[in-house]
Amino acid sequence: MKHLRMMKMTLAMVVLMVPAIALSAPVTVNWWHAHGGALGERVNGICEGFNKSQAQYQVVPTYKGNYADTMNAGIAAFRAKTPPHILQVFEVGTATMMAAKGAIKPVYEVMKESGLPFDPGIYLPTVTGYYTTADGRMISMPFNSSTPVLYYNVDMFKKAGLDPDKPPVTWLTMGEIAKKLVAAGASQYGFSSAWNGWIHIENLSAWHNVPIGTKANGFAGLDASYTFNGPVQVKHIQQLADWQKDKVFVYGGRTNVGNAKFSSGEVAMYTESSAGYAGFKSTCKFEFRTSMLPYWPDVKGAPQNTIIGGASLWVLKGHKPDEYKGVAAFFNYLSKPEVQAEWHQGTGYLPITLAAYELSKKQGFYEKNPGTETALKQMTLNKPTENSKGLRFGDHAKTREIMDNEFEAIFAGQKTAKQGLDDAVKAGNDLLRKFEKANK
Amino acid sequence: MEKRVVFRNNVLPYILVAPQIVITLVFFIWPASQALLQSFLQEDAFGTSSAFIWFDNFADIFTSEEYLGSFRVTLVFSLAVAGSALSVALLLAVMADRALRGATIYKTLIIWPYAVAPVVAGVLWFFLFNPTVGMVTFFLKSVGIAWNHTLNGPQAMTLVVIAAAWREVSYNFLFFLAGLQAIPHSFIEAAAIDGAGPWRRFWTIVFPLLSPTAFFLIVVNIVYAFFDTFGVIHAITRGGPNYATNILVYKVFNDGFINLDLGGSAAQSVVLMIVVIALTVVQFRFIERKVHY
Amino acid sequence: MMVEHRPVLAFITHAVLILGAVVLAFPIYITFVASTHTIEAITKSFPLVPGGHLVENYLRALTVGPRDVGATVGTMMLNSLIMALGITFGKITISLLAAFAIVYFRFRLRMVFFWMIFITLMLPVEVRILPTYKVAADLKLLDSYGGLIFPLIASATATFLFRQFFMTIPDELCEAHRIDGGSPMQFFFDILLPMSRTSIAALFVILFIYGWNQYLWPLLITSDQSYYTLLIGIKRMLDVGEGQAEWHIIMAATILAMLPPVLVVIFMQKQFVRGMTETEK
Repeated sequence: MKHLRMMKMTLAMVVLMVPAIALSAPVTVNWWHAHGGALGERVNGICEGFNKSQAQYQVVPTYKGNYADTMNAGIAAFRAKTPPHILQVFEVGTATMMAAKGAIKPVYEVMKESGLPFDPGIYLPTVTGYYTTADGRMISMPFNSSTPVLYYNVDMFKKAGLDPDKPPVTWLTMGEIAKKLVAAGASQYGFSSAWNGWIHIENLSAWHNVPIGTKANGFAGLDASYTFNGPVQVKHIQQLADWQKDKVFVYGGRTNVGNAKFSSGEVAMYTESSAGYAGFKSTCKFEFRTSMLPYWPDVKGAPQNTIIGGASLWVLKGHKPDEYKGVAAFFNYLSKPEVQAEWHQGTGYLPITLAAYELSKKQGFYEKNPGTETALKQMTLNKPTENSKGLRFGDHAKTREIMDNEFEAIFAGQKTAKQGLDDAVKAGNDLLRKFEKANK
Repeated sequence: MEKRVVFRNNVLPYILVAPQIVITLVFFIWPASQALLQSFLQEDAFGTSSAFIWFDNFADIFTSEEYLGSFRVTLVFSLAVAGSALSVALLLAVMADRALRGATIYKTLIIWPYAVAPVVAGVLWFFLFNPTVGMVTFFLKSVGIAWNHTLNGPQAMTLVVIAAAWREVSYNFLFFLAGLQAIPHSFIEAAAIDGAGPWRRFWTIVFPLLSPTAFFLIVVNIVYAFFDTFGVIHAITRGGPNYATNILVYKVFNDGFINLDLGGSAAQSVVLMIVVIALTVVQFRFIERKVHY
Repeated sequence: MMVEHRPVLAFITHAVLILGAVVLAFPIYITFVASTHTIEAITKSFPLVPGGHLVENYLRALTVGPRDVGATVGTMMLNSLIMALGITFGKITISLLAAFAIVYFRFRLRMVFFWMIFITLMLPVEVRILPTYKVAADLKLLDSYGGLIFPLIASATATFLFRQFFMTIPDELCEAHRIDGGSPMQFFFDILLPMSRTSIAALFVILFIYGWNQYLWPLLITSDQSYYTLLIGIKRMLDVGEGQAEWHIIMAATILAMLPPVLVVIFMQKQFVRGMTETEK
């Protein structure tokens, strides 16, 4: 009897509660991202923060492997008609995503339809510019962005009798300082670099206000061609190759595998993404600082400003309006100064809004962590020009790979810089024509 | 290569092959044919626009210098991987079969690499040979060899061959040892009584009896070198330096999976499949005919 | 299987084996050594002897690494085990039956089937990943054990191996069985299966390791973290983008993930030997 009464009560409670649950069940928004390790924890933290801040929507972050794995997972899911709402895509995939008009829902559209307030003016133009149409509409939401800076080993500078407050400003002084460092036995080589194509072609070009390709670096149309075999780029790469003889420069390999050269003290200076800061902080047993990338003083208009790398968040088609509303609410949360400032300060990625930058300043973050502001200063040094807004070329990941191969031929002495870059431009343009044909 | 004695039944064989055929059709033939159809299409990654372009993708790859160069690299790479993995494994298996003492310890140590996940194996070798902090690099430097596979093509090739063959040696060892231990003692003893030394015994008795295993392993190793090694390349050299390790399957993987050129990548896999099927047919026709059972 | 004793030969035997074992096991040893040091020690200079951070690193690998992934080590281990065993038993079963049919029967489409199966050796999953995913999604296999297992069963290695093995079995056995009036299935269970023990043992090892070490497919078709496998955990620790990979923890996790396959190898070795001695009688 007791049992029966209990059961009845339970039943009654369940019946009473079901509608309540149904009413308050939050709308799920799936976000597939590519962040493992400590960054993954931060991503989870952001989502938890958003989910706690309101009851209507629930953002579920799912780790889907590295950038390539994640992008493929998103594409496979879209083709199988089970896409996530938000997909994180690395910057070289931008043109591919933009060309897939039937698959993506531009951020400005998502925001407009949601009816939520959205002011494109609050974002840092040098960051959002990369993901914005020529007429200023935001296509994807920048998430993790960084820009290359120069890291240098303070202990080694002191050992070579150099003033650590005076890092090289131009590539000429870079060469002189490197020679002094090597001569004094402070380091084996002067400097090395990560992400050679991104830093020594793409950013070099933007920094010196010369184009990487025609059609406003590809922003103005699919019929753009590469032009990064110009005199500035050729001179720079040839100088790097020549510097190998004096041990001023040493090739560090592809991606950022050369980071060990800096953290192990093989080189005293290193060009790498500003987001590499946290990594160096944990592996370097010496004091290091950052400064802006050097420039060639004989090039008119240098230094201009550098461009970003990293990834942005794309909204995929195939979902209900209230789910997109959830996406919009989440993007607004993501753009809050507190959220952005925390992400920026914890990871070394750039903040995407001006307010987050101001907040970090006010909190004294840059004073407590010298060198973390370098990237922002460098990004905002001048108003971006057509040459320094970013780039948008189809199949650009492949072109980066072509650059890597040509760099290796140049640095191994098999080709001159002119030959190598000419070949890279030619192969890259073949890809662009193919991409243009496929996306008419 | 056919059995002379067989059963007669009109229904049973179909029931027996059914599970395998169903699985193969649903999860292999159908998806693979979709992938192959792709080789005639020009399509964006999401499949929202698509056009049938006949053999344009094939024309593209065969006029690409990078692709043609990749053939030569693949030939060197697969011969080196299959050759070294098979010969080292056979040598070790014969020795392990002979050893009376410590056999279990040797076997365990030799088989162990096989348990390492491929995704980790590439990373491991990359770490050992890292030009800056790699231990083997450090050792090589101390004996006067400047190791830098990020710029030196032949060194990069050597490294990826070692890394790719490493796990395969353990795999082959496992099979050769099982094959050796299946050879009846009496055969060997009889030959020994006839005065045949170990070297002659191996080539006249042991090796012919091992030939089915060897044939199986040749096929598996070549298929492995052709198809399953892109993970190693991706982790260690990414096809570089200057295309020195840009093997065909890495290109397929890289163009399709990383760069999302689905049509071009599919056309490459069609060519790759035709090459390997041709190789296998040749093996079946010419090698198996000579194989003893 | 040494027939005569020659000291020189014995010396060469052991020298070759020691050299081979050292070279092959060296990277594993280094992995273990790296898993007992701090990250600083590994990235500054590669140490050769184990350090004092074994317990600390392994505890972190067991707790913190998986915490990022959102699944416990226990869950991931169990999923890896279910997937590995599912692939192993599924593949062995269907391959034995298929190889039996192809070798011991003459029927129409026999060679068609043989080549259809054989061809599956030749297209890695990455190349056909988008359409395979589509099939799995259409069959409602996303986020399920079936989805983890079935697509990976479609491979020819095992069928091919069993075919090769059945070809070596003397015709007299089958002849005698037929004269005694035995049915094909009796032949399969009473004669073929026991004789295949060695091949099955070898395949068990191979397929278990194959299944255990899969990462791309599981990663792709699972969004529900309760289906994550151990290798996804390791992959996650490797994918840090611009951040610093925690090599000491990754190495510890690698060693942990290596243990089940290694145990299988060591355990199955005895099975091998027993299988051998039985067939020799």
